[in-house]
Amino acid sequence: MTIQQVFFLAVAAITLFAAVMVVSTRRIMHAALWLILALFGVAVSFALLETGFFAVVQVVVYIGAIAILIIFAVMLTRQVFLDVGPQLNRGWWIPAVLVAGLYAALVGVLSTWSGFQTQAAALPEAASDLSQFGLALVDVNAYAVPFEVASVLLLGALVGAIFVASDRKGVER
Amino acid sequence: MIPLSWYLIFAAALFCIGLFGVMARKNAVAILMGVELMLNAVNINLLAFWRYLYAPDFAGWTFVAIVLVAAAAETAVGLALIISVYRRRSTVVVDDLSLMKG
Amino acid sequence: MLIEYVPLIIITTLAVILAILVVILGALFGPRRPTARKSAPYESGMTPFGAAQRRITVRYYLVAMLFILFDVETIFFLPWAVAFRQLGLFGLIEMFIFIGVLIVGYIYAWKKGALEWE
Repeated sequence: MTIQQVFFLAVAAITLFAAVMVVSTRRIMHAALWLILALFGVAVSFALLETGFFAVVQVVVYIGAIAILIIFAVMLTRQVFLDVGPQLNRGWWIPAVLVAGLYAALVGVLSTWSGFQTQAAALPEAASDLSQFGLALVDVNAYAVPFEVASVLLLGALVGAIFVASDRKGVER
Repeated sequence: MIPLSWYLIFAAALFCIGLFGVMARKNAVAILMGVELMLNAVNINLLAFWRYLYAPDFAGWTFVAIVLVAAAAETAVGLALIISVYRRRSTVVVDDLSLMKG
Repeated sequence: MLIEYVPLIIITTLAVILAILVVILGALFGPRRPTARKSAPYESGMTPFGAAQRRITVRYYLVAMLFILFDVETIFFLPWAVAFRQLGLFGLIEMFIFIGVLIVGYIYAWKKGALEWE
């Protein structure tokens, strides 16, 4: 066991524990706060994969924006702050069994794959250079189309979300 | 060093927990949180495969960037829908939203 | 290299230890003589009225949503800006197309009144 492995196991354990709390805690606001911890754990695992750019993006976009939006939505959609009653469906054990089966199947299938135990090769210099990613993004022979399509996707989300959210009907004043 | 399998097992566990949240939760906002966990598991997988198998090429990075954009769009529109439903029906419990049921 | 992250780990650990230490030291050494007035929630010196957990208005959500959608563009702007000198005219035109599409959404938000607080 190297230090790196111990660190990975600790991060994975914290992230998975936070994820379990997200889906099982009774208070929805606490679930949102656990979600932030889980997202931070994912950011650390991005850093362990030597993609520092996406670790930062994860913190800025996911924790800084998406988690805040979810917290706002929680605060917007409640009459009574305390969530009374069970927060899981009555037959919650059916998805639990299904998910456990899916997990066993996934790990089983993956472990038969020959590349399962691949060790990381040393990362080439070009692969950790952000400007290379910028060049690839605007290169027509590389990823120029996904780059432009992303803006169209954002435009659609912007128009749709504003249209739905500024719907004036049924507003109690 | 960490083998690829650790990341894959970790991401699969995160995905399954998120899927459980989507299937078992009553509150629509909590269901969206489950979707976020699943998208994060996908991103871990994409970056792990990029790091271990396709390192110099930027296909994995571009894919992750698009997934992040899609996640932001999905959160913005999904939560706007939930808030709109809440203002009309005063509930976010998905079991109560059965108007379309025959 | 992962060794670059060691300062980050050290500062995170220090921040967590400091946060815990401040709370523990305050609880250990601080004098505590609570009265009803002192243990009431602090609301800028006024007497608190109503529950703190009220629903907020939808305008906060609109602002946060606009922030999120323009925040995501960082993913594309930052690599582009880092590589700017090597890109030439074509890269500039592509970024103008990217921004042009988003400006349409911005104008829509403006016309729809999503940028106003009322």
